[in-house]
Amino acid sequence: MSAKYEKQNPAFYVLIAILVFMSIGPVMLMFINSFKLDVDIISGTSGLLFLPTIQNYEKALCDVLWYEPEHVDFCSLKFGGAFINSLIIALISTFLTLVIGCMAAYALVRFRFMGRDTASLTTLMVRMVPPAVLLVPVFGLWNNEFCLDKEGLIGGLIRDTFGGRGDVCLAGTHSGIILIYVAMNLPFVIWILQSFIVQVPRSLEEAARVDGAGPFQVFFKVVLPLIKPGLAAAAIFTFRIAWNEYLLASALSDRNTKTVPILIVNNMSEFNVEWGVIMATGMLLAIPPIIFTLFASRQIITGMTAGAVKG
Amino acid sequence: MSRALANRLTPYMFMAPAAVIMAMALLYPLMYMIWGSFRDWNPSQTIGEAEFVGLNNYITLWNDPNFHESLGVTLRFAFFVVGFEMLIGVGLALLLDRNIRGMSVLRTLFILPMMIAPVVVGLMWRYMYHPTVGTFNRFLDDLGLPKVDWLGQHALGSIIIADIWQWTPFIFILSLAALQSLPRSALEAARIDGATAWQQIIYVKLPLMMPVLIVTCLLRLIDAFKVLEVILVMTEGGPGLSTEILALRISRTATEFRELGVAAAMSNYLLLLLLAFTVAMFAVTSLQEKRAARIRAAVEEDE
Repeated sequence: MSAKYEKQNPAFYVLIAILVFMSIGPVMLMFINSFKLDVDIISGTSGLLFLPTIQNYEKALCDVLWYEPEHVDFCSLKFGGAFINSLIIALISTFLTLVIGCMAAYALVRFRFMGRDTASLTTLMVRMVPPAVLLVPVFGLWNNEFCLDKEGLIGGLIRDTFGGRGDVCLAGTHSGIILIYVAMNLPFVIWILQSFIVQVPRSLEEAARVDGAGPFQVFFKVVLPLIKPGLAAAAIFTFRIAWNEYLLASALSDRNTKTVPILIVNNMSEFNVEWGVIMATGMLLAIPPIIFTLFASRQIITGMTAGAVKG
Repeated sequence: MSRALANRLTPYMFMAPAAVIMAMALLYPLMYMIWGSFRDWNPSQTIGEAEFVGLNNYITLWNDPNFHESLGVTLRFAFFVVGFEMLIGVGLALLLDRNIRGMSVLRTLFILPMMIAPVVVGLMWRYMYHPTVGTFNRFLDDLGLPKVDWLGQHALGSIIIADIWQWTPFIFILSLAALQSLPRSALEAARIDGATAWQQIIYVKLPLMMPVLIVTCLLRLIDAFKVLEVILVMTEGGPGLSTEILALRISRTATEFRELGVAAAMSNYLLLLLLAFTVAMFAVTSLQEKRAARIRAAVEEDE
């Protein structure tokens, strides 16, 4: 065991310790502060000498708690609702992006067809579009144009599953936000999955073909199981963007479809910041990505390398 | 006959959902934006009601000192952020490219900052930079040093530091992956020829890593223009315009000043800028592929 690893200079371990401290220090700080009362945060009893309290979390989650915490007289922060909105939007958009994205990636890798080069180039080009650039047109379109006339299309289909309200526009609904997230993430997902699908041996697919499987069967029963690591990586990246995004969600959501980032920003911009509660909400928002990182870091790194190296 | 037709239709069936969604929610909006940038358009109007003003929005922006300021801030931010991140990231990768125990744990901890929401990152750093209760000033105070006005006078520097914290690991991990996939034979040869550690880095490792480094750098550069939430939470673009990057200015023009036409024109300027970087990236990668192909051909001829 020990023979495999080289002996290193002690200074080297000090350097690593410093790096680790620097990278997770701010997160730990937020974690600790989220258990402090505002008085403790401001008075500066530094370090670990304080009485941990879950009051901040109770205050943040007051609309979904089954009991009424005595220190909360008025439940102003509707964190629970926002959390559920975020969850719905992130999970559904991740699922749709993956299904649609891997089908497209498969087509781009395995078939020669008219318009293939155009499709592939377009996918690559739209990857650079910043969300801020989409703000103006998406705001205009989702409020004015994608209303009645898009009822029959995919927007309508998504709406049906959630139960929309007649001729309401896409703006202000979950599906409106999901649609733009799916579109925004597709180029990246297609790009990453292409490099995984290329590695699937063609002979396997041909064998399935010979056994009488149709193209869709080949895809779902042979190709998909083989690119699971790629799918995991793509899923994490898509979820991360959909879960963390603020700008477009803030333009498209209304009172009932607010996501967590919007809630945090709205509470930040007020003059008197309640640090404890804000840190608690921030921590709650950060928990899912942290869990992913701890359990699937290998997939994340594979995905990152695949996404960058394949130019 | 029908079987052949079905076969020919298969790729289109696989492509169709993605094509529909991207056309509807990316390409059409982009066209819509270009169309809208020629109009005097405010949020209460539909685009058809807005008056056509030709290139006016573009000309106004071209002469607008605030826009110049914003563009300057954006370019400075992107330049410093990418520069420092490349230096630190590649440096750390060269330093930590050793066979040590716990490397995977280390990498896991390093990617944590990237995965956390930009809003939360902004929140953490805003707390740490806080003039009185913030971690940094308290630390300086304890040491008896004067306090620093982090998000006031040095706002741009402070947001650059926060971004470096968040994204250096990205470059570190990609360059580490590149380093570990270098051909062992080249390194071995250099060592046998008696190259010092520095010489190995400068003459062997860095040149071999170059293709990956260039792509990483360009990817990071394009991403640096997308940064918005961290800055929004930390400074809201202030004080003054000192941290108002273009993405933030677009969103403010659209929501606060209610000038969608101008915001659209600004978005188009930003897109043109990014287009230039993307084209550069394509050029570099295709050049590399050609060179690799030529080398491969040369090797085959030799054999």
